[in-house]
Amino acid sequence: MSYRGASKQFLDSQNVSIGDKIRITKKDVFYEGMVLDRAEDADDEHVVLKMASGYNMGVNITDSRIELLEKGEKPEIELPPVDVERDNHKKDISIISTGGTVASIIDYKTGAVHPAFTADDLLRATPELLEHANVRGEAILNILSENMKPEYWVKTARSIADEINNGAYGVVVAHGTDTMHYTSAALSFIMDTPVPVVLTGAQRSSDRPSSDAFWNLMGSIAAAKSDVAEVTVCMHAEEDDPACYLHRGTKVRKMHTSRRDTFRSINTEPIARIQNGNLKLNKNMDYKKRDYKRREESEVVLHDDLESKVALVKSYPGISAEILDLYVDRGYRGIVIEGTGLGHCPDYLIPAVSRATDSGIPVVMASQCLYGKVNMNVYSTGRELLSAGVISALDMLPETAYVKLVWTLGQTDNNEEVKKIMQTNLKGEIESRSSKKFFLI
Amino acid sequence: MHLIIATVILMDYEELGLKIGLEIHQQLNTDEKLFCPCPCELTDKKPDYKVLRNLRPTQSELGKIDRAAFEESRRKLQFIYEAYKDETCLVELDEEPPHPLNREALKLSLIIASLLNMNVVDEFHTMRKQVIDGSNTGGFQRTGLVATAGYMDTEYGRVSIENLCLEEDAARRIGQKKGKVVFRLDRLGIPLVEITTDPSMKHPQQVKEVAYQIGQVLRSTKVKRGLGTIRQDLNISIRDGARVELKGVQDLDLMPNMVENEVKRQINLVGIMKELQSRNANVVDEIYDVGELLKDTESKIISKAILEGGSVLAIKLEGFSGLIGREVQPGRRFGTELAGYAKKMGVSGLFHTDELPAYGVTQQEVDAVSKFLKLDENDAFILVADEGEKARNALLEVLRRAKTAIKEVPEETRKATDDANSEYLRPLPTASRMYVETDIPTAKISRAYLKRIQENLPELPDEKQARIIQEYSLSEDLAHQLVRRNRAAEFEEIMGSSGLDSTTVASTMAYTLKELKRDGKAISKLTVDCLKETFNLVEEGKITKEAVQEVLVGVCDGKSSPEDAARDLNLIMLSEEEVESVIEGIISSNSEMIEERGMGAMGALMGKAMAKLKGKADGKLVNKLLRNKLQNK
Repeated sequence: MSYRGASKQFLDSQNVSIGDKIRITKKDVFYEGMVLDRAEDADDEHVVLKMASGYNMGVNITDSRIELLEKGEKPEIELPPVDVERDNHKKDISIISTGGTVASIIDYKTGAVHPAFTADDLLRATPELLEHANVRGEAILNILSENMKPEYWVKTARSIADEINNGAYGVVVAHGTDTMHYTSAALSFIMDTPVPVVLTGAQRSSDRPSSDAFWNLMGSIAAAKSDVAEVTVCMHAEEDDPACYLHRGTKVRKMHTSRRDTFRSINTEPIARIQNGNLKLNKNMDYKKRDYKRREESEVVLHDDLESKVALVKSYPGISAEILDLYVDRGYRGIVIEGTGLGHCPDYLIPAVSRATDSGIPVVMASQCLYGKVNMNVYSTGRELLSAGVISALDMLPETAYVKLVWTLGQTDNNEEVKKIMQTNLKGEIESRSSKKFFLI
Repeated sequence: MHLIIATVILMDYEELGLKIGLEIHQQLNTDEKLFCPCPCELTDKKPDYKVLRNLRPTQSELGKIDRAAFEESRRKLQFIYEAYKDETCLVELDEEPPHPLNREALKLSLIIASLLNMNVVDEFHTMRKQVIDGSNTGGFQRTGLVATAGYMDTEYGRVSIENLCLEEDAARRIGQKKGKVVFRLDRLGIPLVEITTDPSMKHPQQVKEVAYQIGQVLRSTKVKRGLGTIRQDLNISIRDGARVELKGVQDLDLMPNMVENEVKRQINLVGIMKELQSRNANVVDEIYDVGELLKDTESKIISKAILEGGSVLAIKLEGFSGLIGREVQPGRRFGTELAGYAKKMGVSGLFHTDELPAYGVTQQEVDAVSKFLKLDENDAFILVADEGEKARNALLEVLRRAKTAIKEVPEETRKATDDANSEYLRPLPTASRMYVETDIPTAKISRAYLKRIQENLPELPDEKQARIIQEYSLSEDLAHQLVRRNRAAEFEEIMGSSGLDSTTVASTMAYTLKELKRDGKAISKLTVDCLKETFNLVEEGKITKEAVQEVLVGVCDGKSSPEDAARDLNLIMLSEEEVESVIEGIISSNSEMIEERGMGAMGALMGKAMAKLKGKADGKLVNKLLRNKLQNK
């Protein structure tokens, strides 16, 4: 119970707890209702009541009298257990839940949307998934995606590997949307997967009828059953409901704070479009050239050593060189600069950059333009940055470049090797060709 | 038939335990919507884009899926939303969280609550009320409780006003396209107040009176006017019946009829229930496929369903014979009630034994089906022909309704029809439709703020009318018109600076403006300043009272100012010298007549002079000058 101070005393005076039915009498009016919990950050002068009409209201307790009418139980969210019977004609798909909006429900503690669903709850809420696959759920984390960190990427990758090794035909990862593209990039580098690994989430919480979670999950199940054995992100393609895009995990980014179709492929096109459970590969994909990695019978391989002391620094007018110095002084192992334009930062930063590279700290340059490729040969600042040893991230997204550096530094200590790995296309993160089609789609 | 006539005559509302409650929804006239900055105007423009969505029911706060929400979901409807780039934003589309609560709307709701003697809550919590018929893109309507426990005195006694809620209006239903309901987002989010009385009204006439009085209160504040901006629902029950909500009662005058017809319906349903119980009626929980028996039928509906690969399904109702055809409301039978439930599943209707043979279904076919279902003479069957799953769902609904008919009158939400009847809409929603809107902070309503509002409440229309009659010596009619047309404030403002008689000003405001509007003139150009200027012209003697309307037309038609309009339309009054010279002209060109008749020519010459000077000179002045000239000739 998060009542405190005066309101807690008020409730305690009649031994009232959450869920009890009470009457509060004031000078001109009285209110009867069930006591609900109050947000932790709210004041201590009000008690929240749920009236018989279903409405909530806050009653100021000043000059009020409280009476306990009926002891109640704190309402619990209860759902009947799902009875999953395995169907030999259907594929086995695992859903791994990490928390976030795709798996969340209203919480009484704060009155806010909280990631509190187990993977089983997810199935209870969307039993239709079982029509398309034998779905096994596993909740490995229960965090908002802004709280993700590299060690959780490893934990997630290992759980996915377990599912695959236990025979999963494909794996869906339910993930909060804020940092989903970091996780998808991380999993791409950490895992060599023989089956599809699909990340999905929701922009509208799953407690509401209009949630996009259902179609995103349906699309993800279809993707997990497909031939695309890569780490991908499956989210709404448009503001409209049934259609989703399947994005390559290393070339996707959250581009809108709230729209359903927030995830966009950057500097490439989505691999596929999924509508009503039917996956249609992008017709521009060249199958002969194996534009995507296909399902295979091999074991899953993990390369899960990471170096988490890597910084992602955005360049901006007025930035101080102290910022780079700080990371060097604090023992950071790598720095990604999200530069301006073709890959620049103010020229007065170059000594600090040199200091970093001279100390054996790789410095990678990506662009805050997001669209297009870094090219430091065009302007003098760029050329000076190159001479200072800066590694171009080419057309990698800054977030992908950051994740890749975290991963690369876990694989090798050799800086020549780091540069080579950073500039080699491993998991579709680097597209050598540019195209008109890749901008603002 | 006897039963119906008897009930009409014998309806004793007290005896029946009639209880009526009223719910009024009124759009507020705020600058912005309740949770986003879009305009609160409807538009007829072609939508800029359309969005396709599905809704699924979810757990509500208490972990139960609401009965009404569940039923809607079974229809598996998809929805198309018509959206605009400028008139609507991402909030209406459920693509962006709501912005904080519109403070102007909250203030208006506090004014209305205070006028209704209500107790305002200390802290306003926005709730989500699940509505998954597609009319809200989120699958819920946002609403919050503003005040409780008010009252209103009427000639039938005091009525309690239970609740006042501030909520967002729903999207506007435009039509249906390929099985998908189309909504327009322009109306979604316009602030509404919902005012609910307790169910203590006991007479049909009383509801009308209360609705009128609440309407008067609303009109004294900044609310929208015109068609569709106010909607009334009635809650009606009799002791042996059930609570029924009648939605969308448009016409206040129809309210008493509406109540009477609902009472009749409940009395007749109770009658049917008793008859069913005495017959030991039973609903057989099975759906039979009778397509084979009707494969050669001449019924167009049935043969079409078969041709398109659909099914002809039947259910058996033991002991229902003769009752399905019984009238429950003028022109509506118990069978119509059952059909209402079937239609919710998307079928166009049903056939029942009390009306067969008919519609191309022959007696032989009826007999064949009856034989197949092993029907007794007291038994009835119901047929539905449509696409398989649809027909099955429809009959499941009919089974449910028929079972209820043996037990009780069901609680329902019904739609009011223009003939004062009603049709089935959905079951009454339960309280579990509400859960908290987590995206909007709660709003404390300080007592100091409330006190300021309560010290500055607007005058109620009746009070205002009485006061302006007194203060400006207006006729009751003029005062009434000014108040009704929301022109009283402007009238008072003009009177504050004009020395003109109140009747001229009032009749211009009450009637002339109405006529101009009716003629399609752009009366929005007639601002208070413009009207003041026009009346000033009269006061200064530059135009006549009679010229006011023409001048105003001139302004509407695009002349810049009233004075310009008067000049362009040649309505500026002439000076005395100018009038004199016109009269001299007339006299000299009619000298023969004057020679002949002397003063006797006065009438004819006056006519000629006024024809020439109409609107530009006062008649009294013309008369005086002409008389002088003739006498001095």
